[in-house]
Amino acid sequence: MPDLLLELYSEEIPARMQAGAAKDLERLTVGALSDRGLLFEGIKAFAGPRRLTLAIAGLPAKQKDVREELKGPKVDAPAAAIDGFLKKTGLTKDQLKVEKTPKGDVYIGVIERNGRETAAVLAEILPEVMGKLPWPKSMRWKPGVAVRWVRPLHSIVATFDGEVVPFSFAGVSSGRHTLGHRFLSSGKIEVRRFEDYEAALKKAHVILDADERKAIIFEGVKQAAFVHGLEMIPDEGLLNEVAGLAEYPTVLIGAIEDQFMDVPAEILQTSMRTHQKYFSLRDPRTGKMANRFAVVSNMVAEDGGKQIVAGNERVLRARLSDAKFFWDEDRKRTLDSRVEDLKGIVFHAKLGTQYERVERIAALAGEIAEKIGADVHKAKRAARLAKADLTSGVVGEVPDLQGVMGRYYALHDKEDAEVADAVRDHYKPMGPGDAVPINKVSIAVALADKLDALTGFFAAGERPTGSGDPFALRRAALGVIRIILENDVRCSLRTIVRDLDRSWEESDRGAMGTHGGEDVLVFLTDRLKVALKEKGVRYDLIDGVLSSGAEDDLVRLVARVRALQEFLKTDDGTNLLAAYKRANNIVRQEEKKDNKLYQGQGPKSIFLVEPAERALYDELQSFQRAALQKIKDERFEDVMSDMAHLRPLLDSFFSEIRVNVDDPEKREARIRLLGLIPWMLSPVADFSQVEG
Amino acid sequence: MAKARTFQDLILTLQNYWAAQGCLILQPYDNEMGAGTFHPATTLRALGPRPWKAAYVQPSRRPKDGRYGENPNRLQHYYQYQVILKPAPENVLDLYLGSIREIGLDPNLHDIRFVEDDWESPTLGAWGLGWEVWCDGMESTQVTYFQQVGGIDCDPVAAEITYGLERLAMYVQGVEFVYDLAFNDQFRYGEVFHQSEQEFSAYNFELADTEILFQHFKDAEKQCQQLIGGNRKFALPAYDQCIKASHAFNLLDARGVISVTERAAYIGRVRALAKACCEAWLETPMGAYKPRFA
Repeated sequence: MPDLLLELYSEEIPARMQAGAAKDLERLTVGALSDRGLLFEGIKAFAGPRRLTLAIAGLPAKQKDVREELKGPKVDAPAAAIDGFLKKTGLTKDQLKVEKTPKGDVYIGVIERNGRETAAVLAEILPEVMGKLPWPKSMRWKPGVAVRWVRPLHSIVATFDGEVVPFSFAGVSSGRHTLGHRFLSSGKIEVRRFEDYEAALKKAHVILDADERKAIIFEGVKQAAFVHGLEMIPDEGLLNEVAGLAEYPTVLIGAIEDQFMDVPAEILQTSMRTHQKYFSLRDPRTGKMANRFAVVSNMVAEDGGKQIVAGNERVLRARLSDAKFFWDEDRKRTLDSRVEDLKGIVFHAKLGTQYERVERIAALAGEIAEKIGADVHKAKRAARLAKADLTSGVVGEVPDLQGVMGRYYALHDKEDAEVADAVRDHYKPMGPGDAVPINKVSIAVALADKLDALTGFFAAGERPTGSGDPFALRRAALGVIRIILENDVRCSLRTIVRDLDRSWEESDRGAMGTHGGEDVLVFLTDRLKVALKEKGVRYDLIDGVLSSGAEDDLVRLVARVRALQEFLKTDDGTNLLAAYKRANNIVRQEEKKDNKLYQGQGPKSIFLVEPAERALYDELQSFQRAALQKIKDERFEDVMSDMAHLRPLLDSFFSEIRVNVDDPEKREARIRLLGLIPWMLSPVADFSQVEG
Repeated sequence: MAKARTFQDLILTLQNYWAAQGCLILQPYDNEMGAGTFHPATTLRALGPRPWKAAYVQPSRRPKDGRYGENPNRLQHYYQYQVILKPAPENVLDLYLGSIREIGLDPNLHDIRFVEDDWESPTLGAWGLGWEVWCDGMESTQVTYFQQVGGIDCDPVAAEITYGLERLAMYVQGVEFVYDLAFNDQFRYGEVFHQSEQEFSAYNFELADTEILFQHFKDAEKQCQQLIGGNRKFALPAYDQCIKASHAFNLLDARGVISVTERAAYIGRVRALAKACCEAWLETPMGAYKPRFA
């Protein structure tokens, strides 16, 4: 079966847009083909700096023929109805057939559509797909052409079964010619099919597949580093980016001058990565950053890359001179002396300066430190210094290095090592992939930093919305949750948040007036649910446990939910839940029937006469007493096995006792007994929230 | 391919190259401005239907970038080489690469790449898509397809090429300190401009009289509005006033007397002037959509 090859060749496409464009091209084409009944065997899309390519294998040469019979109005129907049918089918009256039915004669319209040649359909589909491709940013470039593309489009290759599919887009007509590498190839390349195409491009110094380019870069850096006895510092994000900046990636190694090797590795690495897109290398024995870098060029130069390396080294030298200048200047002042300068930096119009923020964080970090057994003095000291590096030259130039630089300056000032670490680590975790701080002083400052931001922004009415979270409060909330859970930090979040909220209310920051506290807790538990869901913890169980009482100790909360989830996986668990639901249904039905409330009322025990109902009643009561205590003692497994013991009692209640008996008092007692179950189980969870 | 050995060789090479491509070789505009884009030969000529091809050197003033002559590559006054081509020819990038060859940077020996960098000027209400061109990791040039100027769609689209001359010269000459550049065979860049960088840095940061500057800003704004407020539009002199207002603002900004919130408001005021001038330009003979005389 024939294949389609489509190549859209343009000026340089931004690296960050390439992968998405390939996906969109594939998705839109697949959609357009299937809308027209065209199936295929395989499809692959490619993207690179200068071209988007789509290869589809095994398309039919033609669409299938279609024959459709449509039932119309009766022969004696009003003329308007018959006209309507003719209009709908596009047929004339003498083309209609008449069919006898039990209800009389009716018109039948037979529509036959011959399948069109696939090539003709493609000529229609492809420009349409191109017009719909959603570039994040696109432009006009040709006079009189309103069509937009990411950058000027130069040529289109479109062949089906080796023949050109003729169409035009943005004033460019499709054909069978493309071009190779901007500098390493010259002249047009004629292509018919994907196989020749890919091979011809390779000869013309273009590696079509981004994954292949990545592999070449990865291996290239590894090999080149190895020659120098070094290894690459892996950097997936950079790898993806540079693979989008070269059609023919070639790895070269350059040297960093010794004078810069005293500058902290993070500064070197950030300068090289963000501005120059260089890979950093390290010594595998010491793990220390090496005085070499790897640059991925798009060129196989006639001199083996000598000038390219020399040029890159020169550019890097200028950049690092700047960085080194700031690094040297910054250390002429102590970090402590910079704290005063924070008075001049506004954190947020309603929340005051960074100085005020630091004061709040220090106070809170002290309190948290006390609760979790960290050194209170160190926590306060670290909090005071935490933001001081914002006034330094290096952070001014490279904001990403906040915290990291603070630690270096703190160490330079001979601050305590734990304090210095906390200055760096209080921003952690920076994202879902980042580690949380584990040192207690750092934990105290990190929690204080995030909780201050959360309660502050909530109080100021700056809450995240569905579309925007400009102050990264979701990240802060997730950070709080992860720090607590991963370090087993035991604390009542409600107390902390309420205290903070109160101090916001009492502060002279005025104009706030909104209560954020309870909303912050809800926000935190919502983030918790999302976070736990990713780890396979059931949403409904978290809700169930949460609404059973104000559990605000996240560590306990998670332990309880996990115990419950395990229990519900057992036979006893599922049966107990079924029995619970059954009891609930009965109670609700009878309440409706009698228009009376039975739930949670408790039975008059003298009317419980049968052994099965007495036993259930007694057992439920002792279960609840024991459960309260055991949950306090955090013996969650025990509570679960107690719950398992309830199951046979419930089973025998349902098999032996009839609820709807004539004796109204016995009946009511039985309903009330069932209505008591949710209350008795409530120390564990609100089971009405549990699905199943 | 003779290497442009000196700073002025570089300029002369570019002048000859773009002249050969049919560009008008214009001279710098005689107003202080932050970039070559502000020259009316770009801002105004990018609008309207008439074809336009021009190239020129433009001294660019960025008061805040003053470093008292001590930074290896930051200057409060530097030169841009600006090329504006309307409509954008299909082979803009090839034309550009031709100029790089002419300077002495052989693309077969260097690593030339086009890295996404979309240009936007909030003060001019202008934006476009394009790249910064890297030569062995150095940003040497900005290439932009103008989409809007003064909030008005560019139709046809113009292509703009902006070379940072000092930086390019430093690369070609292998110099790390801008003042060490050979301006010609006899003079170094520092001999021409070092004292000026020192004095102007002091002026920009310490001495400029802010009261006078605030008044300049207001006067320029007022005069600009007057020139385009009547029935007959005097787009060119009005635009001069817009440029003056923009530079007064840049100086005030360097003096640190404009707060973060005021900043946006001032930029908005300059943008309003620029937009009004651009709109007025389209009503003048040379800017009109329907040329009155061709």
